Amino acid sequence: MEKALFIIIAVIAVAAALNVLIQRNPLYSALSLIGTMAALSVLYVMLRAQFIAAVQIVVYAGAILVLFIFVIMLLNAPKQQLQIDKQKGLRYLAIPLAGLLLAEAFYVVWRVQDIAMPVVKEGEEAVGTTWSVGVALFTHYLLPFQVAGVLLLMALIGAVVLARREGDK
Amino acid sequence: MIQMMAILLQAQSRPPAAQSDAPIFGYIPIIIFFLIAVLLPVVLLGVSRLLHRRVFEREKLMPYECGIDPIGDARERFSVRFYIVAMLFLVFDVEVVFLFPWAVIYDKLALFGLVEMLIFIGILVVGYYYAWRKGALEWA
Amino acid sequence: MSAILTKLLLVTPDWVRSLTGERQPNVFWAEYVVWPLIQIVIVLFVILTLVAYLVYLERKVSAFMQARLGPMRVGPWGLLQPAADGLKLLLKEDIIPLKADKTVFVIAPIISVVAALVVLSVIPWGAAWATIANVNIGLLFVLAVSSVSVLGLVLAGWSSNSKYSLLGALRSSAQMVSYEIAMGLSIIGALMFARTLSMSGIVEAQQSDGIWYAFFQPAGFLLYMISALGETNRAPFDLPEAESELVAGYHTEYSGFRWALFFMAEYAAMIVTASVAVTLFLGGWSFPGLSLIQDRTIFVLVSIVVFAAKVFALIYAYMWFRWTWPRYRYDQLMELGWKWMIPAGLANIVLTGVWYVLALPESAGGLFGFMQAAPGQIDGRLVPTTAGKLYFVVTGFIISIPIMWVLLATINRRSRDFNLQEQRQLQMQLRRERLEKSASAQEADGTP
Repeated sequence: MEKALFIIIAVIAVAAALNVLIQRNPLYSALSLIGTMAALSVLYVMLRAQFIAAVQIVVYAGAILVLFIFVIMLLNAPKQQLQIDKQKGLRYLAIPLAGLLLAEAFYVVWRVQDIAMPVVKEGEEAVGTTWSVGVALFTHYLLPFQVAGVLLLMALIGAVVLARREGDK
Repeated sequence: MIQMMAILLQAQSRPPAAQSDAPIFGYIPIIIFFLIAVLLPVVLLGVSRLLHRRVFEREKLMPYECGIDPIGDARERFSVRFYIVAMLFLVFDVEVVFLFPWAVIYDKLALFGLVEMLIFIGILVVGYYYAWRKGALEWA
Repeated sequence: MSAILTKLLLVTPDWVRSLTGERQPNVFWAEYVVWPLIQIVIVLFVILTLVAYLVYLERKVSAFMQARLGPMRVGPWGLLQPAADGLKLLLKEDIIPLKADKTVFVIAPIISVVAALVVLSVIPWGAAWATIANVNIGLLFVLAVSSVSVLGLVLAGWSSNSKYSLLGALRSSAQMVSYEIAMGLSIIGALMFARTLSMSGIVEAQQSDGIWYAFFQPAGFLLYMISALGETNRAPFDLPEAESELVAGYHTEYSGFRWALFFMAEYAAMIVTASVAVTLFLGGWSFPGLSLIQDRTIFVLVSIVVFAAKVFALIYAYMWFRWTWPRYRYDQLMELGWKWMIPAGLANIVLTGVWYVLALPESAGGLFGFMQAAPGQIDGRLVPTTAGKLYFVVTGFIISIPIMWVLLATINRRSRDFNLQEQRQLQMQLRRERLEKSASAQEADGTP
């Protein structure tokens, strides 16, 4: 059952992700991204990372996509239809980089079979719940959590500085 | 029929909390609900498509602009304010997401958790104050 | 006959079993597919009917508040009006504007309505089996999926290629994201007491604590209600569809049943926000004395009725607000959201955290020991004692006084334009000045 569901969801995720790349209209790409995010969050649920699954939707589908769509609308993108300066050099750089990424992905897939999977014992059903995420985040990973706070502060300041118009006081 | 009722009652007599034996199974109803929720508007629109009458007329297909012919394109550039709001929302949304697990285990963390969260919120309040001072929260 | 039905509905078909190799095929099939399916059909049917009747109710309430009768023609007291409206919408022509982006135009209302409906699957409508899916992250799921509905509005407004639609969509999305933060902050306080995100778990926590969290968290409840109004685009925050300036906002260009889908999503979102408020702050389906009912089935049915009654009380309040308060100006709305609601929400969290730590027993690093491990609680859950309840209620109200004061002061300051007393005095003052001026002018002329 899980396997069948996994295959269906994975196919949806990959197809939607491909569609993001194929679409010429950036708004359609953004729409397709919603599908990818939703499929990914189902995959997280299947990995028992329930909290992460919900956060995936809150942050990506809820917040980041709104920002994307605002930017697309702000730039009035459909009219210009992707007028990126075609830089030949970058294109040649892209091919080896893509090859490297692909090789890396294959390496991970190949290596992952050797790694012992963490086994969920019968009693440990709390794994992946909000409770266990909280316990981990606020005890073991306290420093990364506070660093994330600083990162958010930087993002906030960056947003304010970037969005300030000339002539604003 | 009795057999059917017996199996159904067996299913429903289990309290929802007992579903933790397989946490991901609890999400199957949500997926079913999602599929039905997608199907519902599509079917309703299909029914409506079969029933409604169509009269083609050019005027009707114009965007509404209080009876006047539309002037210019609607997809104009709009105020950068909306963009700032979206970015600020992103930052604060992530902050709120961090608060959820904190609230759930707060009784275990006690004073430690309070100090931790005061530091975290304090860092963000600095940014909030900065945004306020720089007028990012003004709308005019 | 019944054997075939049983085989079809409740026992996993052989081909599914051969694929999955389930240990207990029939229970799985009944518990996770057939039984939820029955629940889903019932919930959707009831909610969609309810949505239609909420429109009727809204018209009636507004009519009575304005000393009118409201819909009276179709059926007795106009009770069949929703059916007539639905049929009319189904038969209406579905217009897609010429320059609209057709794909997005078609998808947008579906995103909106799906996001509004899927949330219904985790809401605890009643005790025991009256919840479709009791998941560990229920509350976060509600927030997550309802935040997706913003996309539906933005896409609808953008694809219509109409100025009113675009402006309405931008306004509503900026408003919704602003109030979403305030909403997230307002519920943290109650979660500190509930210690779970599962919706049924929150109701059970309130039962075991023996109090509704609205009493522990009056400020959180107030903030939640205000941000729920903003989130659902209800008056006095109904800027996106301010009919006097934007025609109908993001759905100006929509017609027929496509428009009805937006309407459905809006009212479903209203039910959802009210249900979350009831679950989190008003004790969900629990009510004092409800446990006296012995029969299990009747108990569950009564609990559903209790939940529905609480939801209706909140929805009535929404309608009441709509016909009582004038609409905000957009800058006022954003200022309220960003400059008042967010600091108030943060202050509520920090102060609640301080009270909470003080109330913990000394072994847990606290001071007063108002929280004690009660017998019969799993994993040492601390429950407030009677003194603790009193302490939390008093501190809760002490927190809420400055917050409410600031909020009311803002609202009052904002509604000065509508303060008739002040306007009358201004008029009188102007008149007095005019009279004095003319009198002095006459004196200067020297005429008697």
